[in-house]
Amino acid sequence: MSLLKPTPQVCSWTQALDHPASLATYVANGGYQALRRVVTEQMPADVIIGELKTSALRGRGGAGFPTGLKWSFMPRAFPGDKYIVCNSDEGEPGTFKDRDILRYNPHQLIEGMAIAGYVLGARVGYNYIHGEIFEIYEIFERALKEAREAGYLGDQLFGTDFCFQLHAHHGYGAYICGEETALLESIEGKKGQPRFKPPFPASFGLYGKPTTINNTETLASVPWIVQHGGQAFLELGKPNNGGPKLFSVSGHVNKPGNYEVPLGTPFSELLQMAGGVRNGHKLKAVIPGGSSAPVLPGAIMMDCTMDFDSIAKAGSMLGSGAVIVMDETVCMVRALERLSYFYHEESCGQCTPCREGTGWMYRIIHRIEHGQGRTEDLELLNSVAGHIGGHTICALGDAAAMPVQSFLKHFGDEFAYHVEHKRCMV
Amino acid sequence: MATLNIEIDGKPLQVESGDTIMDAANQAGITIPHFCYHKKLSIAANCRMCLVQVEKAPKPLPACATPVTDGMKVHTRSEYAINAQKAVMEFLLINHPLDCPICDQGGECTLQDLAVGYGGSASRYQEIKRVVREKNLGPLIATDMTRCIHCSRCVRFGQEIAGVMELGMAGRGEHTEVMPFLESQVASELSGNVIDLCPVGALTSKPFRYTARTWELSRRPSISPHDSLGSNLEVHVKDNKVMRVLPRENEDVNECWLADRDRFSYEGLNTAERLTQPMIKQGGQWVETTWQAALEHVADKLKAIPADRIGALSTPYRPAEELFLLQKLMRGLGSGNVDHRLRQSDFSLDDKAHGGFWLGMPVTYMSRLNRMLVVGSNLRKDHPLMAHRIRESVRWYGELNLINAAEDEFLGKVHAKRIVAPSQLAAALAGVCVALAGLKNLPVPAIAAHGVVDDTARKMAESISGGETRAVFLGNMAQHHPTYAQIHALAQEVARLAGASFGVLGEAANSVGAMAVGAVPHHGPLGQAAIKGLNAQQMLAQPLSAYLLLGVETELDTHDPVSAMASINAADFVVVMSPYKGKSLDYADVLLPIAPWTETSGTFINTEGRVQSFSAVVKPLGETRPAWKVLRVLGNFLGLAGFDHNDTQDVLRDALGDTPIGNVQAYLNNEIGDVSVMPPRLQEGLERVAEVPIYQTDAVVRRSPSLQMTQDAALPVARMHSKLIAKLGLAENGRVSVRQTASALTLKVQRDDLLPDNCVRIPSGHPLTAGLGPMFGPITAEPV
Repeated sequence: MSLLKPTPQVCSWTQALDHPASLATYVANGGYQALRRVVTEQMPADVIIGELKTSALRGRGGAGFPTGLKWSFMPRAFPGDKYIVCNSDEGEPGTFKDRDILRYNPHQLIEGMAIAGYVLGARVGYNYIHGEIFEIYEIFERALKEAREAGYLGDQLFGTDFCFQLHAHHGYGAYICGEETALLESIEGKKGQPRFKPPFPASFGLYGKPTTINNTETLASVPWIVQHGGQAFLELGKPNNGGPKLFSVSGHVNKPGNYEVPLGTPFSELLQMAGGVRNGHKLKAVIPGGSSAPVLPGAIMMDCTMDFDSIAKAGSMLGSGAVIVMDETVCMVRALERLSYFYHEESCGQCTPCREGTGWMYRIIHRIEHGQGRTEDLELLNSVAGHIGGHTICALGDAAAMPVQSFLKHFGDEFAYHVEHKRCMV
Repeated sequence: MATLNIEIDGKPLQVESGDTIMDAANQAGITIPHFCYHKKLSIAANCRMCLVQVEKAPKPLPACATPVTDGMKVHTRSEYAINAQKAVMEFLLINHPLDCPICDQGGECTLQDLAVGYGGSASRYQEIKRVVREKNLGPLIATDMTRCIHCSRCVRFGQEIAGVMELGMAGRGEHTEVMPFLESQVASELSGNVIDLCPVGALTSKPFRYTARTWELSRRPSISPHDSLGSNLEVHVKDNKVMRVLPRENEDVNECWLADRDRFSYEGLNTAERLTQPMIKQGGQWVETTWQAALEHVADKLKAIPADRIGALSTPYRPAEELFLLQKLMRGLGSGNVDHRLRQSDFSLDDKAHGGFWLGMPVTYMSRLNRMLVVGSNLRKDHPLMAHRIRESVRWYGELNLINAAEDEFLGKVHAKRIVAPSQLAAALAGVCVALAGLKNLPVPAIAAHGVVDDTARKMAESISGGETRAVFLGNMAQHHPTYAQIHALAQEVARLAGASFGVLGEAANSVGAMAVGAVPHHGPLGQAAIKGLNAQQMLAQPLSAYLLLGVETELDTHDPVSAMASINAADFVVVMSPYKGKSLDYADVLLPIAPWTETSGTFINTEGRVQSFSAVVKPLGETRPAWKVLRVLGNFLGLAGFDHNDTQDVLRDALGDTPIGNVQAYLNNEIGDVSVMPPRLQEGLERVAEVPIYQTDAVVRRSPSLQMTQDAALPVARMHSKLIAKLGLAENGRVSVRQTASALTLKVQRDDLLPDNCVRIPSGHPLTAGLGPMFGPITAEPV
């Protein structure tokens, strides 16, 4: 079947193998070659950053920031400690890709972080793993042990002066700790609350030292790029959207799961890979990039390709690549109620608009869902969301506001129906 | 620092790079609404009220946290900015209770004020409002946590200024609450500042609660009569009664802070124990009388007693004018028996000093010292706000070294410390002196010849000689110490060898002032020669015929209350001038009601020599009169010349000349002549270590009910090292019988492993321990 043509897989290739997470499997298939080359050949950092820029690798955690550019912000000449931190605090509803990398391919992440340490001048790295996936944390710890014993982590790697220590840090499940500065606070042992930026982590990060924070998938892509070149990675995707990406497809599809497909793949193909909408139902709506991304009606999505630029053009975000598919049976009010409850529950409470506003929005939507909506509620809801967005310290406020605004924009009539008839139209 | 050109609301400005938009706006006199921002605290940017429009920025930015960049154009009042500010205000108000009419903050509430400008007239919020459980923060701070807007100022104050994080933000999202740890209370001696910092009515003053509305209060400037900083006060008055005390901002003195002692002591002004009528004891009975009769009686009695048999004692907490007139009166009578150093025990420096002892530097310098050595001071409790300044120095990577006989948590990093028995204080200092001389290749000063160098001494010597700004300070305990002269001389040598500034942390509000106006037996005002007389110790060691006590509570204010009380009791005639009756009902013959600092004008001279005059804020209570008037009339009745002042400024001119500030500065001098070497002797047996508890320093504080309920005012205990407890066969938290010169006293044993193991630490200045004996010296302890 042409649609399911095998595409080069960057992060999920070990899943087809026996003992995918083991060091032996990884090394037998060319693992740690990139790190060895980089370290033993003393590859200049600028060359690697250049390859990353060529590759158009964009941050896989949600913001899509060009990785090469981010790495170039790091003051590599800064004397003293610097850190590389991996954000595996995958808490966004709908997203479950990083845990699969950690579960099936932990060594590629370790290799990527070691290369990052080499390039950025960091001798210590931390991998912050989400609090609710303890089993995965243990798998990663095992992988770390293997790597240390095999000499891929530690002092004087490959007989050179390069030293790199990597530690896993297990979070406690707070969504906000996925925000990079809250994550740093959490590693430091403090309450996970985002810091105000500037200063950015590149100048004032972990323990006040220059720090680079990347997503798991981003870092895991680095060895592939080093080995095959930035151009090859770019060609796997489309211009400005290099490489393939893992999409966590969930919701009303027949085969939910992670799919690594080239960026630029049409949404319709991805949907087909996931077995299509369940029970032959009609596609109603899709949240293309995790719960924080604005929802798009199915019809619009069917015209989109899965890459940062196309989804942005359609008015949403590719985000972390969590594709939540909703069929015609979904009550959009109820769906939004659940999403708003999440943000209400996960607001850290530090800054006013998010602390006060997320609860307000949830309560209004809860009322509407339970037949107690008022005519003025829709306008109020939109206004409250507008007052949160752009006014907060971190992006959680925006993340809470965007679903509300987009649900109202595309499915406002359902909300109005709820208010008027005190029940659902579907 | 580069200068940047920016524009705020169309106004071109030049600001330093590194400044925030808020800084720039403040310089330009543009007000940006805010809650969490406070100039003395770190930036939190969490209230979001100061959002402003910055051209080319994709969203409104918080003015408090956004650094200016060259060419930046900021609009604080544009529709875009106002909309953002109004949005935040709406969020702040949705869960804030609409209880302004019963809220103590009403009328001085930032939220209330800003809501007028940015809030809607009706709420769009129709849901149930949040309710937060009350917290018990102790006797000083009342809470209404439902009103909290989570600005985190109180939390940051604890971390950054008070040095101890007693409040934290627990919980997340809507459930975020400010709370103390594990149901404990707030015990910092600076805790009251969170009341001022709280922009809403969540944290308010417990003693002041529900007693007045802010708009009913007259605000009158004053000066604090407690520690030697002389914090500037704003006293709030209603119906001729002091209702509360707030800080009056003075960057050079107390900044915008106030210690709890300064803030809450006013409660002691309105107690039933106030003396309001002159009284004479006739046939063992107190009879109320008129001022005329009382003063004539006093004058007649004093005329009949030889002047050198009269002793005049004052506390150093009285205004300079009163102290001046007291010594003028004594010297007019022909005696130099006048002193204010009631807790001092070594007066041998009196004929060696070249002037009055003082801080040796402006108070502001204490915030930016690189290297410090503090000898014999319970910094936090004796000088709460100066301790804050030293903490600030330490936060800026300054190194603090401590030599003391007891250790109390400083709440900041201590570089090196040496805790020794009081008798070894001088030896410890001598060790540092010798180490310093070695370090600098200079001869060891004779006074330090006995010094023994060890690692700690070397570490301190290396520290104190480094850095750029250095200082050596002597604290209250050093000044009370029986070998104060040795300690002073040694500290001065250390400072000289290290190239450090040398200072004495004044004990009380007017320690420097009392010296300057000549309320000492060895010199007159500004160090001029005058009739010499007995010092406080000499006056109290042997009974005189008559005593004039100005604000003195003998059993609490003296170095050795036992011998002092014996002398007072043995005197024929004791005149007590005091705002309170107190124990003087037992031993006085005449009681003259004099005004506390709120009811008289006067002057306090703080430890840096700052001359701070103040006016009365309320009328004297009952027949109370300002003490300077009492002394003036008494001088007239005694037929003395030069008692014709019209007001306190007149008195001050008489005391310190036409240029008091310059004259005081010229008089202050920490230099002393040669002190004879006195090698320290090892004391056999146990030694007492005594400090004056923070809320027992003076008569007003002792009568403030709220302060007396704090943890710092807990009943005295006998603190001992666990080794000593074991050696004496005592039990921790059990009871011990201690004895000095007088009768035995039973106290609770408290373990304190930071004490030397041959010391028993028992506070002085407390009614419970008044019968014990001198602040230092031998003490015995045995099981009850």
